[in-house]
Amino acid sequence: MKKSVNSLKLDQQTIVTGLFLVIFLMFAIFLPGFFTAGNLLVLIRSVSVLGILGLGMAIVVIGRGIDLSMIATLSVPAALVMTLAAAGYHPVVAILAGLAFSIATGIVNGVLVAYAEIPALFTTLAVGIGIAGIGQSGMFEYDIIAWPVELDSIAWIGRGKIFGLPYSILAFAAAALIVHVFLKKTRLGFFIYAIGDNLSAARITGVRARPIIILQYVMSAGIALFAGLVLSASSNSMDTRIFNLTWIYDVILVVVLGGIGLSGGRGGVMNVIIGTILIGTIVNGMTILNVSFQGQNLVRGLILLSALLLDSIVNPRNEETAKQGDI
Amino acid sequence: MKLSNKLTFAAAAVMSMTIGGTAIAQQSINDPARDDYYATMKDRKVVFVPVFMGLDLTEGWSKIMANQAEALGYHYEVRNSNFNTAAGAQTITSLISEKPDVIVVQNPDVQSYARLLKRAEDAGIHVIQLNMKTNILTTGFVGADVVAIGEAQARAAVEHCASAEKPGKVLILAGPPTSPFSAYMLRGYENILNDNASMEVVGIQSTGSYESSKAKSITQVVVQQHPDLCATLGVWDAPDIGTAAALDEAGLSDQVFVSTSGGGGELSCRGIREGMWDHYVSYDVPGQGRDLNALISSALQDTNEVGSTKTVLYTPLVEFTADNVDQQDCWTLDSLR
Repeated sequence: MKKSVNSLKLDQQTIVTGLFLVIFLMFAIFLPGFFTAGNLLVLIRSVSVLGILGLGMAIVVIGRGIDLSMIATLSVPAALVMTLAAAGYHPVVAILAGLAFSIATGIVNGVLVAYAEIPALFTTLAVGIGIAGIGQSGMFEYDIIAWPVELDSIAWIGRGKIFGLPYSILAFAAAALIVHVFLKKTRLGFFIYAIGDNLSAARITGVRARPIIILQYVMSAGIALFAGLVLSASSNSMDTRIFNLTWIYDVILVVVLGGIGLSGGRGGVMNVIIGTILIGTIVNGMTILNVSFQGQNLVRGLILLSALLLDSIVNPRNEETAKQGDI
Repeated sequence: MKLSNKLTFAAAAVMSMTIGGTAIAQQSINDPARDDYYATMKDRKVVFVPVFMGLDLTEGWSKIMANQAEALGYHYEVRNSNFNTAAGAQTITSLISEKPDVIVVQNPDVQSYARLLKRAEDAGIHVIQLNMKTNILTTGFVGADVVAIGEAQARAAVEHCASAEKPGKVLILAGPPTSPFSAYMLRGYENILNDNASMEVVGIQSTGSYESSKAKSITQVVVQQHPDLCATLGVWDAPDIGTAAALDEAGLSDQVFVSTSGGGGELSCRGIREGMWDHYVSYDVPGQGRDLNALISSALQDTNEVGSTKTVLYTPLVEFTADNVDQQDCWTLDSLR
């Protein structure tokens, strides 16, 4: 029995892909108005920021870390860019300042994890709270910052369309392509898999692990800033309070749900895309059905739980797969 | 002759000065209420527990309260619960043992703080609820009649959409389901829309914790299904920035009537002028601040048992449209005093 299941290679990505196809087909058949080009574009667009964040998180998780500060590095540096531009600085200067802020955050995260060897869970949680705190303690006049007209020259990244395709979807696609090439085609990407799979073994073979760990966090912070600019251009404002909301769980969810294990060393961009689109499909279908907020949360939770349950039944943990230090 | 003239003049001058002098002394009366009033206020303590600082609403109220505290010499402080209901409950619990004279509280939902507020009043602390109220009454409530806001918004939508041929389609964008601004506002919408055959509600959705990105994606989905959408009714201006962005991208800004609500600050006027929103029900933060300060001052002077009088002050609402926006206050933090 077990052998036959294993030979089918039912890993989590396959399970989630199957689940996605079932749900998608059900909506497409039974829900009028779901399977139209317009709605499908809206579906992907509504999760494109989540997907971009998921890509950043994936890099860190594959390297066997986690970055809980991503929502803070999404909101505060993007809000800084908008505030500086509104105060009359050239957009390029404003963006460079935001980029410097987010890179600095990534370096702090990375140094604390790689050199001080504080667990990533605590480091990034604390750094995230710290960054959000800096943002809330007088850096901006209000916690909700409106998109300034001075930045309208780059507003297209969240708003416009080209050949009927919204730019935010293209932004997701571009980010996915870049992260994919980085992870699968470059030596650094390969080292991240090696470090995530077995840090000691990677070190013994000569990989300089610590700088690469710092690089992971810098990349996730940079991707978060990009997501932040897409998000604020799209909704015309940045609400720095989103750090207090449950967004970070959604990001971890699309990564884990898609099949990138928190134990590191596995998965890739495709997993993030599947996880993201599954969430998008569920939310979109239920919004069309006008399901209440509480009902949506319930259904979403049940589907995610069943995906994880199915995975642990089909791929039970044993001494080989279980690793020390699992989160 | 000359001398007597001079003497008469001098006498008259002296007399008039004496009379005048007495008159001045008699005109100055000591106000008997004054000394007591200031002595009562001195060194008392008022604490504000908002849902979240950093919004135009909370920063505005807080500035007005702080100004009165400074003028009258009582202590005023803010304990921010940072959108965390558990943290807010913790704050109120510790305040019950700290015993300030007045707690001003903005409730995140209609239930969570209710018992704590009752306990605070039992412990002799005046509780004034601000704009978002629980299901119990305390010493005071200052804020909008949320049902009335909902009714005003729905009436404006009916006026814009109702037609004999086919019902006008309305999307409702609420906040967190148990927030007073969702629960009571929905009642207001229902009061007008439920028995109106010319209107059809095509969706009632929550924007989570008032997230503009969520408002945007919901609006995009609904507009796909109902391209003939006629109006959106939103409970607060911040998420409705996202609603307007979605309609703008879909090219439906002119067709869809967007009604929202908020404190009537500079954002509200900008939103109306730039065409983001067509209708805005303001609950006038400067006016609420004045009411709030009056209730605080009256609570500090009150010598009766705490909770023996309960005062509700609903804020007079102002409806902003493109036609009257230029006559509105459009306050900023700097213009508040």
